[in-house]
Amino acid sequence: MIRLLLAGTFLFAWMSACASAAEINIGYLRRSDPKSTLSLVQTSAKDDGIAGARLAIDDNNTTGQFLNQQFSLEDVPLAGEGNASAATVALAERGISLVVADLPAGELLNAADAGSPRKVLFFNVGATDDRLREEDCRANVIHIAPTRSMLADALAQYLVWKQWRRWFLVVGSHAEDKLYGDALRRSAKRFGARIVQDKVFEDTGGARRTDSGVVQIQRQLPVFTQGAPAYDVLVAADESEVFASYLPYRTWDPRPVAGSAGLVPTSWDGSHDQWGAVQLQDRFMKQFSRRMTARDMQAWTAVRMIGESASRTGSTDPKAMLDFLKGPDFALAAFKGQRLTLRDWNLQLRQPILLSDGRMIVSVSPQEGFLHQVSELDTLGIDRPETQCRLK
Amino acid sequence: MQAQIIPMTPTSIRGFLRRRRFHFTRTRHCLLGLGVFALIGTQASAFTAYVSNEKSNTVSVIDTDKFTVVNTIKVGQRPRGIELTKDGKSVLVAVGDDDTIQVIDVRTHEIVATLPSGPDPELFTQDQTGKILYVANENDNTVTIIDLHRRVPLGEVQVGVEPEGMGLSPDGKILVATSETTNMAHFIDTETRRIVANVLVDARPRFAEFKRDGSEVWVSSEIGGTVSVIDPVKHEVKKKITFDIPGLRKEAIQAVGISITKDGKTGFVALGPANRIAVINAATHEVQKYLLVGQRVWHMAFTPDEKYLLTTNGVSNDVSIIDVANLKVTKTIQVGELPWGIAISQQ
Repeated sequence: MIRLLLAGTFLFAWMSACASAAEINIGYLRRSDPKSTLSLVQTSAKDDGIAGARLAIDDNNTTGQFLNQQFSLEDVPLAGEGNASAATVALAERGISLVVADLPAGELLNAADAGSPRKVLFFNVGATDDRLREEDCRANVIHIAPTRSMLADALAQYLVWKQWRRWFLVVGSHAEDKLYGDALRRSAKRFGARIVQDKVFEDTGGARRTDSGVVQIQRQLPVFTQGAPAYDVLVAADESEVFASYLPYRTWDPRPVAGSAGLVPTSWDGSHDQWGAVQLQDRFMKQFSRRMTARDMQAWTAVRMIGESASRTGSTDPKAMLDFLKGPDFALAAFKGQRLTLRDWNLQLRQPILLSDGRMIVSVSPQEGFLHQVSELDTLGIDRPETQCRLK
Repeated sequence: MQAQIIPMTPTSIRGFLRRRRFHFTRTRHCLLGLGVFALIGTQASAFTAYVSNEKSNTVSVIDTDKFTVVNTIKVGQRPRGIELTKDGKSVLVAVGDDDTIQVIDVRTHEIVATLPSGPDPELFTQDQTGKILYVANENDNTVTIIDLHRRVPLGEVQVGVEPEGMGLSPDGKILVATSETTNMAHFIDTETRRIVANVLVDARPRFAEFKRDGSEVWVSSEIGGTVSVIDPVKHEVKKKITFDIPGLRKEAIQAVGISITKDGKTGFVALGPANRIAVINAATHEVQKYLLVGQRVWHMAFTPDEKYLLTTNGVSNDVSIIDVANLKVTKTIQVGELPWGIAISQQ
């Protein structure tokens, strides 16, 4: 009888030990519609973004094996009319309350509002819109992607440090180009650069790749940039991939190009190798046979943040995770030379921004000398005193 | 792990030019040095420090009597972790980008062998007898165990993501390996080669150091900017040492190398881009003082008499000499580019 009891106790202990292996299932919402780029080498891979999340799942599971935590990822690609809010509800109904979202701003807001009553916590890895962190901020959306204003400030600090203060700004004709143009104008004013010419590049339609090649472009671009007042650098805002990549080496005056081409501010680049980044780059290359992009890194960071809060709090509850991530004990190591933390007023991740020329990292902002009373990282983007975000 | 981008200042350009001159006169010095060696042998009281220069792929040899660089040895790519063998006859240097550990003969300064370290070795440690070497392989989440005499691998232990720091308990029974992305100190039983405990520490743990009496193991967290003092029996963090330097942002304080005096009374912690060494009362774990050294200080080593502590300053390309009794920085020596690790001979 005693033996039976003992055996029963053992069985119970064994079963409860197994049961306590915490399962953390993370949803990944993304648009799978292809986006064209001017440069063939920049065409994004089908798994752009989610590859980073998968690598972070592996990294989390290596840690999880010591803590009895098991992480998994559920990919939800949305094509055409695919509805992000419906997908969120479907995930929530299956008990998935942590969602990495690579969606345009409007869809992200719909998904966030659909997820809010169901206690879903989102990690925005795609949308750079400042409004998501300002007037349209949500208490259940953490932003990993840097904002346009952070990217523009990172670039502006370097250009001003370089004493390239006279800018020729060229902005595309699409809505997102205009938003980036606005961010660049704000940065110029903030850091003491002067926009000597402000021009719009109208998108008149047309294919991005033609058999006739560059003959016309070589003639059009010098003419487009002719007659500008004296300037130091041409800054282009072209998120729509219509013209910026055509600018380097084709401006009327021999001037460097920055912004959407030339020297580009970004959260990550396949050439970044400082601060131990080679290890992450090697792991990524080994697994996916391509270089790691900014979107991959943003997704990696999001899933690592989930892993970090799970291992520190021992909890899988989104509320406990959010409290930890907002608190003073959270610090993420993400190969950027310093800790990454959250701005608690709008849930934006503080991060250094790399300046890449496409082959090498030219510099990393914030630049030396741009000081701040709390964190130098808060010299990038909209700071606490200016914020319009009121988290509820 | 590489250093920050820092524009070349006039000082660093001067240092660079000085090194170029040094390079030209070196061949002559070497020949002269060999002659002197042959005639009188090594000086009795002088110790020799070996500094790995991550960028220039060299090891600088420093005479700790005169505190001058007496030779520069060409090694493989990206030398970082460096130690002397227990018999004092060889210097081991991990050359990560060549996926090996090179063995340098201390008499001839020639590379005489390589060790099967596994890929991308960074830091390593030996057992007391000098027979076994434990190596952290950052790229494949393992610790490799090597027979130093036969130069063959004995086995490996799977640990967390990006293992780096390696500390062996004084009795040789427990190896502590830190993994940078998993943020843990793994306690490994060296006999069974199994993990017996995992202790969570702050972000990016880089170095582990036991007190000589085995009562504590200190683990530094670079991104967290703290040192966790762990009870090696209970496997619990019993104290977290934090650093607060007026005028410096939290992000700039990044704890890396650790050295503790033999009597276990004083600890020294390198604070990376804070350009300082923290001096810690190792009994109370309170910070006593901050010593300003060179830019981005990585690691350090005592002379065997513990009169001096030498630190490697990654970005300013130099080594600072600390007078341990007076807690003062007394001298700076220019070495190669991006100095990282340091080891000092026992005689």
